[in-house]
Amino acid sequence: MSFITGSDSVTQIIGLVFYGFFIVFIFYGQRIQMYILVREVENSLHKLRHIKDEGRKRAIDVLNEIGKPTSDPTARVDRYLDHFTISPQSMDPAGIVNKLDHILDIRDERLKEEVKFMAPAVADNEVQINNLENTLEAAMALNYIYKVVRHFYIQGKKTLSLYVIMQLQMILPMVMKEAEAYGSALKAFAYGQPIGDSVGPLVVSRLMHGFEVRKVPKDCVVSSVPFEGRTALLLKAEGPGGNVGKPGQAIETVIEEQQGKLAMVIMIDAGLKLEGEKVGEVAEGIGAAIGGPGVDAFKIEEKVTKYKLPLYAVIVKEDIGDAVSPMRKEIHDAADKVIERVRDVVKERTKEGDTVLIVGVGNSIGVGQ
Amino acid sequence: MRLIRMVQQQTKSAQSNKISTYLTLIVLVVFALSIVSLFVAVETYLIGDIITAGLFAGLGFIAMLICLFLLFQTRRQAAEVKLDIPKVMAVIECQNKDCANKTLREFQRGDFVFKDLDIACGKCGGKQMITGIYKEVKEKEKTYAV
Ligand SMILES: [Zn+2]
Repeated sequence: MSFITGSDSVTQIIGLVFYGFFIVFIFYGQRIQMYILVREVENSLHKLRHIKDEGRKRAIDVLNEIGKPTSDPTARVDRYLDHFTISPQSMDPAGIVNKLDHILDIRDERLKEEVKFMAPAVADNEVQINNLENTLEAAMALNYIYKVVRHFYIQGKKTLSLYVIMQLQMILPMVMKEAEAYGSALKAFAYGQPIGDSVGPLVVSRLMHGFEVRKVPKDCVVSSVPFEGRTALLLKAEGPGGNVGKPGQAIETVIEEQQGKLAMVIMIDAGLKLEGEKVGEVAEGIGAAIGGPGVDAFKIEEKVTKYKLPLYAVIVKEDIGDAVSPMRKEIHDAADKVIERVRDVVKERTKEGDTVLIVGVGNSIGVGQ
Repeated sequence: MRLIRMVQQQTKSAQSNKISTYLTLIVLVVFALSIVSLFVAVETYLIGDIITAGLFAGLGFIAMLICLFLLFQTRRQAAEVKLDIPKVMAVIECQNKDCANKTLREFQRGDFVFKDLDIACGKCGGKQMITGIYKEVKEKEKTYAV
């Protein structure tokens, strides 16, 4: 049986094709690689646009449904989505925290006003306004992500630079993950469902439920509860509207009220898990467990340093997608584990009769008190 | 077979974009090979070696079939992946300490944790409250043995 032998022209053709491949790849290899990358980015960009448009549409639908605006809110929503915030100049960083705090306050107020204007029917309903604001903010984030990715994509295509496209392609999986997370967050916010980040408030609300609750600035609630022979001051953002409050300011207020006479401060928060760690794992550590732009963490650290209070942190591990999409069962179930852990910490490291401050950090959406 | 399994596994992960690029590449290569194979079959047939010709022709056709199969396979699976959105559930507990009846229902707008419900407990007629809201993710995360 003869295979290739005897058919010389075939061998020649295959050889030629082989050389052809070599030559093409030597001269155009990078170009081909770039086209593959560009296509990949293009696909993701289409997907991003889809997520973004979906988000915008959902936001408008929810506004129409709940807010009952007098006119079509589409134009106003589009204006809202393009809203931006300029962070303060940091050349001379002294006092920057207060500046940033101030700017974030203005932003918050401004956006809330805007939402009230777009949703006159629920303008007095703090819960609905908060949920709508959160929904719109998620849509805003999606809009921004889409625009930035599109910018680099077009720039890469214009300059035909492999490196621009490559940088974009390298971070794209993370960007897509974040965008998908915001996409599912938007749904949760629109319906007022607790998200993964709500685990801190959930834990605290479980301990606090049934006791008298009072408000502390800003947008937080605190309650004094007997806990293992100690007095626990429990603090969380006010629910069940989508709201993170300003735990920094609230903790400052509570510590000052107690004149610093606290045995410890425990912060409970959702923490980003590393790949390979299980969702809903509980871990314990030291320091201010709070995300965001750092204003709250700064204030809390200042205060606990002033009174030399021990600051402990208990976190529930979850990834970014879990943190902003409806709460997973694993995270929900972790709340009981966290309570046990907090109980242990308090029993081991304080005496009976002490007062401890327990803070549930996170968005209080869908969690009452 | 191993190739197909690999492709199936890849399609199951969420990033369908990447896979379609790889897949198109694989399919293109296989397709090119099958054409070459058919070409060789014709060539050998002309020479008179019918057995070899048949062999190459068979190979070519099988390769082409695999191409088609792979394309359809991914189409179908990509469509399946999108449908699975977990439902958000609310846990309802009876506030009567002796009863403590627990029920589960789908989340409705306006629900929140520690909301008192107007619906009385089905067992004892006591007051009920929502004590938890969560979604159950069925899909198993891929684990890596490290
Ligand atoms: Zn009952």
